[in-house]
Amino acid sequence: MKRLLPILVLLVAATPARAATPQEGVVANVTQGKSLYAANCSRCHGSRGQGLRDQGPSLKDAGALAADFYVRTGYMPLDNPHSQPWRTRVLFTEQEIRSLVAYVATIGHGPAIPSPQWQTASVAAGRQLFADHCAGCHQIAIAGGVLPGARIPPLNQPTPRQIAEAVRVGPYLMPKFSTKAITPTQLNDLVAYVQYAKRPDDRGGWAIGHLGPWPEGMVTWLLAASILVATCLLIGRRLKA
Amino acid sequence: MIRRLVRFVDQRSGGAPFVRKALRYVFPDHWSFLLGEVALYCFILLVATGVYLTLFFEDSRSQTVYHGSYKPLQGETMSRAYESVLHLSLDVKAGLLMRQTHHWAANVFLAAILLHVLRVFFTGAFRKPRDLTYVIGLAMLFTAFLEGYLGYSMVDDLLSGMGLAIGYSVALSLPVIGANLGLLLWGGPFPGSPSFIPRIYIAHVLIFPLLIIALLTLHLVLVASRHHTQFRESPKTTEKQVVGIPAFPGQAPRSLGLMFAVFAVLFLLGGLVQINPIWLWGPYHVGEATNGAQPDWYLGWLIGALRLVPGFDLTVGGYTLVPNPFWGGALFPVVILFVLALWPWAERRVTGDDAFHNLLERPRDNAWRTSLGAAFLTWIFLVFMSGSADRVTVWLGLDYSAQIWAYRVLIWLVPLLVFFAVRRACRELLAWEQIRSD
Repeated sequence: MKRLLPILVLLVAATPARAATPQEGVVANVTQGKSLYAANCSRCHGSRGQGLRDQGPSLKDAGALAADFYVRTGYMPLDNPHSQPWRTRVLFTEQEIRSLVAYVATIGHGPAIPSPQWQTASVAAGRQLFADHCAGCHQIAIAGGVLPGARIPPLNQPTPRQIAEAVRVGPYLMPKFSTKAITPTQLNDLVAYVQYAKRPDDRGGWAIGHLGPWPEGMVTWLLAASILVATCLLIGRRLKA
Repeated sequence: MIRRLVRFVDQRSGGAPFVRKALRYVFPDHWSFLLGEVALYCFILLVATGVYLTLFFEDSRSQTVYHGSYKPLQGETMSRAYESVLHLSLDVKAGLLMRQTHHWAANVFLAAILLHVLRVFFTGAFRKPRDLTYVIGLAMLFTAFLEGYLGYSMVDDLLSGMGLAIGYSVALSLPVIGANLGLLLWGGPFPGSPSFIPRIYIAHVLIFPLLIIALLTLHLVLVASRHHTQFRESPKTTEKQVVGIPAFPGQAPRSLGLMFAVFAVLFLLGGLVQINPIWLWGPYHVGEATNGAQPDWYLGWLIGALRLVPGFDLTVGGYTLVPNPFWGGALFPVVILFVLALWPWAERRVTGDDAFHNLLERPRDNAWRTSLGAAFLTWIFLVFMSGSADRVTVWLGLDYSAQIWAYRVLIWLVPLLVFFAVRRACRELLAWEQIRSD
């Protein structure tokens, strides 16, 4: 095992950094994007992004925003067009993502990739917005959940940009929020809250997942009750001696 | 000096014979007899920490705008009740320690009662003359369920509000009296009148604790007056004689040791493991909800039942006689309470055994009771598990409705299997003993 360890470390280090986070200094190439699109997307979205019935929606006016979101979360490409997209490993390089996004942006006139200014936004205002619009599905402390027909992702993985994109895109069953429903300022607040909730100003010790009663019950039985039963056993044995 | 003090007290109280008797009271020496004591010590700690919490809790639903120390809630409208618990948790010295210890103690209190009930049930300790003691114990268990629910509810955070919304719809679902009862308890349609929080507050800190203390006293007096049961340690043990260790100096130091162990575990949890972080949940406003909201573990069986019962109402003509929440939220717990409470009488009727029993049976000695009890317990446990199917979906991606349908089948199938497996195991164990002794 000790000999294997350096090899493992090397293997992990050698895996090329996949492009979950955008990198600087990479230039998009629309022609490359078009061929990537043909190879990976056209089966469901059609050869020109017009969409195919029962397969994939039209990408007209989807814009760079939606393309950037779906590709960087690993939601797309999707094996089965009828299953729910779920966060997976991104298989494109940064260069490929930029090219693909640039190509999809040429289909119609969709929105550009947003860059939320959340560092100076209001966490408190964002919290209220989150409680009103998001907590019913994503859980108030961003732990995710369940709706009939959908598994709601926890929000500790998405980047600020992806959060902002998801609000506008409305992936899978999620509603799509227009700039009227949630203004750009409000969106900044919302992102600020999600960023805050990833590492909240917390008290009280070991947080056991911010899920409330579920893990609390586990601790009650697996930790407290077992220790106390063991104590009873110990005392009971003493009595015998 | 001590001798003179004791004589002084004795001459004025005449308590010596009673104390002498109490010190010589004989305790059985099996570890499982200590589980009830764990529950008792949890209760003592609940009262002690609870008193501290009342010094800071405001039982008011009047709305206020928060300007306290916790930044993410700045400017939010909330009830004074919620604000006071926020203040207690984040600003008061030892406030969060006491609150968390109180909540952990409640969780462990119910766990200890449950373990104690299991011990009593599976060893036949509930048989005459202790059937009344057992029923009083069950009354305490169900009072504790309600008491815990009230404590969870009166904080007025997001989870409280959602829990009360469920409680309200279960109250409304009671046939005939439901609507009026709901309006009476809540003082108006949900979320109820401003007096609702003061009402559940007084129930939580006064009425229910007094009820538990009364039941507890009765329970302990009955235990002492009939003495404990005991296992048949040797062939010489009989129904007539008590074997064990005296209260003093045998049991008392051990019992004290156990008390300190319970306090230590609960205070350690209270200080080191977070429970119910209400500052993250935020205040409750009607119409708000969070995914994955759950009751504390001891009410998980009810949420499971509400989810498992298929969506149907009982309608007569155009009138809904029994709305859906009744089945899982009211009928299910009542059925369980009745089965448990009537068990001693049912068993006497079926077996025709009307004798006094001071000796316990090991689970294997009574295969029928043990296997039926295990099946019943499995049934409740599976309903309980189904209440957390949503978390399984989030973690493992198993389809939620598929899980619910699987549970609807499994809650009947698995207990059946458990019944036969346990009955077989009991009989095998007895046969094995028979062979070994021959």
